[in-house]
Amino acid sequence: MNPMNSTMNALAALGRSVMYALARMGRMAIFGFSAFSHMVRPPYYPREFANALLNIGWLSLPVVGLTAVFTGGALALQIYSGGARFNAEAVVPQIVAIGMVRELGPVLVGLMIAARVTSSIAAEIATMKVTEQIDALVTLSTHPMKYLVAPRVLAALITVPVLVGVGDIIGIAGGYVVAVQNLGFNAAAYLQNTVDFLEINDVTSSLAKGAVFGVIAALMGCYYGMDSGRGAQGVGRATKGSVETAAILILAANFVLTGVFFSI
Amino acid sequence: MIRMTGVKKAFGDNRVLQGMDLHIPRGSSMVIIGGSGTGKSVALKCILGLIQPDAGTIMVDGKPAGKGDRDAFLARFGMLFQGGALFDSLPVWQNVAFRLLRGSLARPQDEAREVAIEKLRRVGLKPEVADLLPAELSGGMQKRVGLARAIAAEPEIIFFDEPTTGLDPIMAGVINDLIREIVTEMGATAMTITHDMTSVRAIADNVAMLHDGVIQWTGPVADMDNSGDPYLDQFIHGRAEGPIEAVR
Ligand SMILES: Nc1ncnc2c1ncn2[C@@H]1O[C@H](COP(=O)(O)OP(=O)(O)OP(=O)(O)O)[C@@H](O)[C@H]1O
Ligand SMILES: [Mg+2]
Repeated sequence: MNPMNSTMNALAALGRSVMYALARMGRMAIFGFSAFSHMVRPPYYPREFANALLNIGWLSLPVVGLTAVFTGGALALQIYSGGARFNAEAVVPQIVAIGMVRELGPVLVGLMIAARVTSSIAAEIATMKVTEQIDALVTLSTHPMKYLVAPRVLAALITVPVLVGVGDIIGIAGGYVVAVQNLGFNAAAYLQNTVDFLEINDVTSSLAKGAVFGVIAALMGCYYGMDSGRGAQGVGRATKGSVETAAILILAANFVLTGVFFSI
Repeated sequence: MIRMTGVKKAFGDNRVLQGMDLHIPRGSSMVIIGGSGTGKSVALKCILGLIQPDAGTIMVDGKPAGKGDRDAFLARFGMLFQGGALFDSLPVWQNVAFRLLRGSLARPQDEAREVAIEKLRRVGLKPEVADLLPAELSGGMQKRVGLARAIAAEPEIIFFDEPTTGLDPIMAGVINDLIREIVTEMGATAMTITHDMTSVRAIADNVAMLHDGVIQWTGPVADMDNSGDPYLDQFIHGRAEGPIEAVR
């Protein structure tokens, strides 16, 4: 085959997939705007919203707590042994606090929510799509964006920051327990150091990240669910795609938000 | 009441509807027959706007379907889906009363529940079924719950996609009578898809046969047996030989 031709073909394929990705991003953005616009216009579905609060918020607490406590504990151990290399063992409380609140708390909670909530939303909505339940909703004069998407996105917007806050506290507590029990820190001094060191900006950035990650997680679950192909395979693809995309977008958003909050 | 003119719909290379013309007068019962996969379900979904046709017009009451107030438009319809399409997270009675629990037709909860139980009785289901989840029902029971949901808000226009498939002959008879009753007593306009020739004779005022993407034959049910149309004859007598190929 002509080398010129095969290069052109490769370029064309690359171009096509870039175009495809851009088109998909555009559709996601439109979907996001539409979800928010349906949130503020009646009818509202309080029961759906309450269910979403329960599923996204309350039932995620165990996963979030366990993730945070182990991470906080490990962080304390790492900083202690790493800090020992230049006689800086004493910074454990400060670094645990800042590491958890600014970075690990929101990111890990965001990723756990992507694993737990995004996947279940995508699978549920995709199954509804495949079994014509979405069509049935429409014929019963109920808008799927209002009934299925808006309550979930709103619930995530509200609960994920709370989860992040809880995760931050539990993570710090994990570090505290390890430091006090195993590393010989003074309990009162540890807490004092933590409180003195954290700034309000650290906490607001943490919660703001949580809100953004929550919206990303719920939106991606809904988008991939509604976009699902036919059959069991369609449901599987939707679930996989939603978690992948949510995780990547969360990490990318974290990078951008960290820049916004702390680079100046 | 419903008039389809030149409706076309293709999925990729699969040209399903290729210029379908059909008229359903108000207060009549139209039955659509036709081979599996000829696009009967697609035609119903086109009227409801669940699928956008590629070409052609669909008028309901002289107004184009899909234009204007969509909620008001859909509030006039009830639809039984071929697969039931029950909401599996809601108990049976909330499925049936879905429309009555929210939106413009909302009523108090216990009133809605009563309506649901009454509709379940009409499709031959006991009140005990009301609190079960759809997954706890047999296929035929799910179908009947879907039927109860379609008629719950007493719509003017009702679409039934294979209402008797999967039911025993007695229950099929009950459902046929119910559909007939809804048309004659409540004056609803019905459009039913079925493969069951007994149902066709029990339900239909008019029959239309869909084949190759167009209405191959349509007329009053009484004319069905001596239509002289080889396609229709083959279909209603279930013969393997004839103009319709068995492998499609
Ligand atoms: N959403 C869709 N996407 C792609 N193809 C579709 C879709 N819906 C239906 N089709 C195709 O359209 C054709 C007609 O489907 P339809 O469900 O209308 O058949 P039918 O006449 O109702 O058959 P049956 O009697 O078996 O229910 C089939 O070939 C089907 O594969
Ligand atoms: Mg069908």
